Amino acid sequence: MADNTYLLEVVTPERVLQSKQVSFTVVPAIDGELGIMKNHAPLVAALNIGVLRYVDESGSQNKMAVSGGFIEVLDNEARVLAETAEHGHEIDVLRAKAARERAEKRLQQRAENINYARAEQALKRAIARLKAAGAYTD
Amino acid sequence: MAGAGIREFKRRIRSVKNTQQITKAMKMVSAAKLRRAQEAAEASRPYNETLRDTLARLAAVTFDVQHPLLAKREDVKKVGYVVITADRGLCGAYNTNIIRAANASIEADERKVEHGIIAVGRKARDFYRKRSGLDAEFVNLGDNISYADAREIGQYVINAYENEELDEVHLVYAKFVNVLRQVPTVTQLLPIVPPEKDEEEKEIVIDYLYEPSADEILLALLPRYIGSQIFNALLESKASEHGARMTAMGNATDNAAEIIDTLTLAMNKARQAAITDEILDIVGGAEALKKGGK
Repeated sequence: MADNTYLLEVVTPERVLQSKQVSFTVVPAIDGELGIMKNHAPLVAALNIGVLRYVDESGSQNKMAVSGGFIEVLDNEARVLAETAEHGHEIDVLRAKAARERAEKRLQQRAENINYARAEQALKRAIARLKAAGAYTD
Repeated sequence: MAGAGIREFKRRIRSVKNTQQITKAMKMVSAAKLRRAQEAAEASRPYNETLRDTLARLAAVTFDVQHPLLAKREDVKKVGYVVITADRGLCGAYNTNIIRAANASIEADERKVEHGIIAVGRKARDFYRKRSGLDAEFVNLGDNISYADAREIGQYVINAYENEELDEVHLVYAKFVNVLRQVPTVTQLLPIVPPEKDEEEKEIVIDYLYEPSADEILLALLPRYIGSQIFNALLESKASEHGARMTAMGNATDNAAEIIDTLTLAMNKARQAAITDEILDIVGGAEALKKGGK
């Protein structure tokens, strides 16, 4: 079991959020999701706002919300750099839901479209967080 | 009367002691905050370094990427300075040194250009508000700097740069060396100068896959690089501020101790003089009585 694992690090400007051995990671790359297993070729990929999933040593699946950034894979070390990242189980679902409603409301009143792009980003972030927390409904 | 003089000394000693207690407490608070600031700076290093390494590598493989944040402008009309000071004083010459470094850099600029100040911290804002050229202010960031603060400043700077309100942006902040030494530093923020790769690293060229492409990753990276540089400067400044305040308050505490010693000495002398006076009086009175009784 231990043979097919590699190091996955998730780094934000404020701290190293996690650093542990995983066997499989799926990251939300810009052109779609990207799966990474052991002995992956060196890679640098830009990431979207979305959910990062990984399978850790014990075989359990975990989720994380990331707000863009990129991933670098080299010599069985994967490093995700994101401006913000949160463990699925640490996410405050109520706050994420409130943020989603707020963003949706803002997108509907398109009158002052100055912050349109920003509201869209906020909505994406809120949805990613809800998905990572496993509380997403359409 | 001599007794009143001693009371006055006592009052002053008490007052200096009170001040000393305050400065001592401030020193200890700063020491604790300095440790926290240093930890925050330490925690931000992996992100910052990885970002810089990746950018250096990308810059080496992408030759002719056109990006407004990279392009050096021929015709520079206005130069922006992001000046990072503290919100509070009582930290020796810390704030003054940074503002002086900013002004020196502005004066050294021999091109005939306008200058705009983006003040971070109340001290910088107060200074430049009295003069002209304050473009924007970010104050009351508090002791716990979050990346969101840096991103906000970065966003403002990038917008101003892209709208051609500013043609060049510099960052002025205090680099933390140790508790006794903070070096005011001026670095160029925009246009971005891609970091150089370390010498040894140049040898090994790794054939990365770029997804979607090296160019696009580079473009996505540039605004983050600005944010990370500002964040780094904010953290360094915070550590410097607390280091400077610790030193200043340590000096103030020592000075207070010195004043207390001097005042105590003077008070004792005054008391001795008063006692001597009284003895002389008594002796004089006794002498007079003796003479009268004869």
